[in-house]
Amino acid sequence: MQLVGMEITGNSETILTAREAGLVACRRCARVWPQGLAECGRCGAPLVSRDPKSLQRVWGWWIAGLMCYIPANIYPMLQTRTLFTTSEDTIVGGAISLAMYGSPGIALVILVASVVIPIGKFIGIAFLALSVRKPSMLSTRHRHGLYEIVEYIGRWSMIDVFVVAILASLVQLSVVASINPGPASLTFALSVVFTMLSAQSFDSRLIWDQDKRSKDTAA
Amino acid sequence: MTEQTANDTADLIACTVCDALYHAATPEPGEQAVCARCHHVLIRPRRRAGMQVIAFAVTTLILVVGALFFPFLRIDVQGLKNTASILDTAFAFSGGAYAMLAIATAALILVIPATRMLLLLYVLVPVVFDREPFAKAKPAFRLSEALKPWSMAEIFALGCAVALVKVGDLAQISFGPAFWMFAGLVIVVLVQDSFMCSWSVWKSLETQKQS
Repeated sequence: MQLVGMEITGNSETILTAREAGLVACRRCARVWPQGLAECGRCGAPLVSRDPKSLQRVWGWWIAGLMCYIPANIYPMLQTRTLFTTSEDTIVGGAISLAMYGSPGIALVILVASVVIPIGKFIGIAFLALSVRKPSMLSTRHRHGLYEIVEYIGRWSMIDVFVVAILASLVQLSVVASINPGPASLTFALSVVFTMLSAQSFDSRLIWDQDKRSKDTAA
Repeated sequence: MTEQTANDTADLIACTVCDALYHAATPEPGEQAVCARCHHVLIRPRRRAGMQVIAFAVTTLILVVGALFFPFLRIDVQGLKNTASILDTAFAFSGGAYAMLAIATAALILVIPATRMLLLLYVLVPVVFDREPFAKAKPAFRLSEALKPWSMAEIFALGCAVALVKVGDLAQISFGPAFWMFAGLVIVVLVQDSFMCSWSVWKSLETQKQS
């Protein structure tokens, strides 16, 4: 892999950002413009050197996501009707019964996708947003890694909603067995969408700015 | 700002993730230009990438239409049978608030992937054949890029696997033709994403307009 760049001397201290050069970069197409332009001349996306409202939007979506995630765990995700019984499963309850009836692997996939990833995402986004304001224990590189994980992994939580959709459409065998979606499927889907929007609202350049600042004060 | 300064910045590229500034030098086809600080891939040109992306987009559209209408999964429990198409799956959520979820599911697994392909064709066909880009090609490509995280075909495919295991022991499940079309679609979408270099597309949209 070839690296194309300027001032690549092997350490990250020498890297100049567009903002420090008095320029503003387009986050959509990577074109660089003189500061003060409101709109990218190449792709038409709005230009902001650092988005001042970024954190507000992050927290707004974050709270909305959390508010939807709580009912998603309390209410049933699936309603299974067989000949004589009707059972309703919450996310965790469904995973536990799966594990007990012999598919611990799938139970684990569901637990990871619907419990570990969402909660990890809430903590990860909150940590990133808080650490922009004050110095944090994690290095910039690690926080950037956390940002990439949060960005990448959020969409995969949707898997549980799709499983409910597939089961509910497929298992419709008149009186013998039928599966229907429960209210949690709706709030869970909303929660996934809101946390994705929250992660997208985060201006990742803020992570690196702070690195620069702390180095300047240390020097 | 003056024309002069705007042109001065034309050969610069800034990392969209961390704002590091570079002189843009297009790497050889097959090579990648990576941000030295955050390792975000900035430029990733490929030979004949435009043509390949177009071919993949057409393939995806054909597969989406096919996957819509053929049976997707079949279930068989002691003589009781049921088949579901992908549309049935999306509209498993019916009635009241679930209708919203049905629309969202259909959008995430079919409408958004198909829309992205149509937008890409709209943007890339004139570029590849050296014509003037169509009107609104830039907003179209911007929308296509913004839709990228919301195109969830591959997640739905993994969802199928989980669902199959969940009911696998109490019922016999078999795959319809749409299942294989959908599997093909997931692969095509993933390969296409790795072929496309959005910086190159923006660059060509920019240069073609000036000429």
